Amino acid sequence: MDPILFLIFAAIAVLCGINVVLQTHPISSALSLVGVMASLAVLYLLLGAQFLAAAQVIVYAGAIMVLFIFVIMLLNTGRERRTRGSFLGRLLGPPLLVILLGSVTFVILRTAPRDAGVRFGTYTGGTVESFGRALFTTYLWPFEIASILVLIAIVGAVALAYKEID
Amino acid sequence: MPQAVPLSWYLALSAVLFTLGVAGFLFRRNIVTMFMSIELMLNAVNLTFVVISYRLRQVDGQIFTFFVMVVAAAEAAVGLAIILTVFKNRATLQVDDLSTMKD
Amino acid sequence: MNYLLLAAIKAAVVAGVLLLTLLYLQWVERKVIAHIQVRLGPHRVGPHGLLQPIADTLKLLTKEDLLPPGVNRFYFILAPFLAISLSLVSIAVIPFGPDVHMAGVRTSLQLADLNIGVVFVLAISSLTVYGVVLAGWSSNSKYPLLGALRSSAQMISYELPLGMAVASVLLVSNSLSLRKIVETQSGFYGGFFPAWNLFRLPFPQVFGFVIFLIAVFAETNRVPFDLPEAESELVAGFHTEYSSMKFAGFFMSEYANMITVTCMATALFLGGWLPLWPVSLGSNYAPAAVFGAAGAIAIYHGLHPARKRDRRSLQVVGALLCAAGALFLIPAIRTLVEPLFWFLAKTGLLLLLFIWVRGTLPRFRYDQLMRFGWSFLFPVAVANLMITALLVALVG
Repeated sequence: MDPILFLIFAAIAVLCGINVVLQTHPISSALSLVGVMASLAVLYLLLGAQFLAAAQVIVYAGAIMVLFIFVIMLLNTGRERRTRGSFLGRLLGPPLLVILLGSVTFVILRTAPRDAGVRFGTYTGGTVESFGRALFTTYLWPFEIASILVLIAIVGAVALAYKEID
Repeated sequence: MPQAVPLSWYLALSAVLFTLGVAGFLFRRNIVTMFMSIELMLNAVNLTFVVISYRLRQVDGQIFTFFVMVVAAAEAAVGLAIILTVFKNRATLQVDDLSTMKD
Repeated sequence: MNYLLLAAIKAAVVAGVLLLTLLYLQWVERKVIAHIQVRLGPHRVGPHGLLQPIADTLKLLTKEDLLPPGVNRFYFILAPFLAISLSLVSIAVIPFGPDVHMAGVRTSLQLADLNIGVVFVLAISSLTVYGVVLAGWSSNSKYPLLGALRSSAQMISYELPLGMAVASVLLVSNSLSLRKIVETQSGFYGGFFPAWNLFRLPFPQVFGFVIFLIAVFAETNRVPFDLPEAESELVAGFHTEYSSMKFAGFFMSEYANMITVTCMATALFLGGWLPLWPVSLGSNYAPAAVFGAAGAIAIYHGLHPARKRDRRSLQVVGALLCAAGALFLIPAIRTLVEPLFWFLAKTGLLLLLFIWVRGTLPRFRYDQLMRFGWSFLFPVAVANLMITALLVALVG
């Protein structure tokens, strides 16, 4: 059951990822990215990270991507114009990407631990209790700094995009 | 079919998503789409963190992922505000037209 | 019994009851609003208009299913699909009752007891924004786009006080599983006062409840926050260009959202399936007493009706209510129906509140709505959370 679920959601993630890159209209790319994030949330569930799966949907798919879609709808520039990229770029780019992917995958397959794989339910440490305990004891300092960071981002975004209603 | 999914499959998926993100960032000319490719790369790395957290049976990897999510949210907010401001001045989202500072 | 078979039966029952409730919630709403406005409401189609929802469904099914030119076809068709499926999914984690034994089968009255139940519902509710956004954007027309932008901004803004109100409950209940939250609300203060989260010491979550209710009014786009779909303001908001079954999809998803959030409010604040006073003081007979009293009132008014033709229908309704009351006295199914009665009674009262508010209050202007959400409701929700946290830390 686990391999089937993994393959289904990994396939959805990869197809949506390819769609993000290939679609010309930014809204289609954004919605495909939502699909990637949702399937990644399911994969997090399979890996025992329950709270993280829900947080992924709430934060990434439900807030960040809605922000993206808002901005795209507000700007409303339509499909992307095909520009004349450099010939050398278009010649060398795809092979270099394939080499990147190939080398990373080779290193992974060579060095990944070969013991028991991922089975749903074997790791129960991703509960909210253990997550919260680690977050508020070991990682308290980064947590507080992250909250200040978010506050800075809010103030910065408002300062940049604020329009006086006259 | 093995009953458990090998860890290398998850890491390979993460590598594929990361490469797709790199491809999107380098080949697309719309700045919002480039930004979305960055988010795709961040998600791929998140998956790696969670996989390693599973492997080591510790929750620290998930905490890292959580912080990556928080930083990505902050980055998306500020980045989109910058894009809105740039669009107000230049009326275009094509990176080629935005690459010089003079109008 | 086989786990899958049991789960399938439960899912079918919940889906069937939910869809039936959606249909007749619309009837109840029209009747209640009509009586608030001193008119009759639907009363021609079937006795007292009871067949009106069926007539409406047939009408929606047989209307022409337009696909306006210039719309983005894929997203236009996807949007109501997404709206209705997401609204129906979150019912899966609502606990309707405790474990029951029936005919040798032991099961809990809940489809899926996730131990992240509360966050699951929050996640699904943040995804419902996509149905609205896609509908408005794909319609290729300015009223839907405006309505969609306003509606989604409103929904996102009010998710924050919603989350804070829920977080205060989590502080008191110490678990994210909805079943455990309800179970921690059992028990009675002084032997007679229910320990629901609304009344729970150290800090009764009264403010949290009110904040939650206001936030879910905004989340479900109900009056007084229904500017994005108000007829006099934006034609029909984000579902202007929709007709026939796709419109029915949005319509159903609004009522399904209403039902989901009232079930959540019941589970989080009002003690779910727990009775109002302890069994030792006789809450076992409350359902039978309520139904019997309602039946008696109906029969009494049936004997001296205000309108001649109500004589028979009121007496029939009275007899049915008394029969339903007698149902609660059968000990074999008592463990099943009693918690259901309390849960449905509380949820029904909250739904009545939704309908009552719709018939009574005017709607907010959009900037008033956003200012209220950000400048008033969010700080109050944060203050509620901080006071709850302080008191829980001091006492617990």
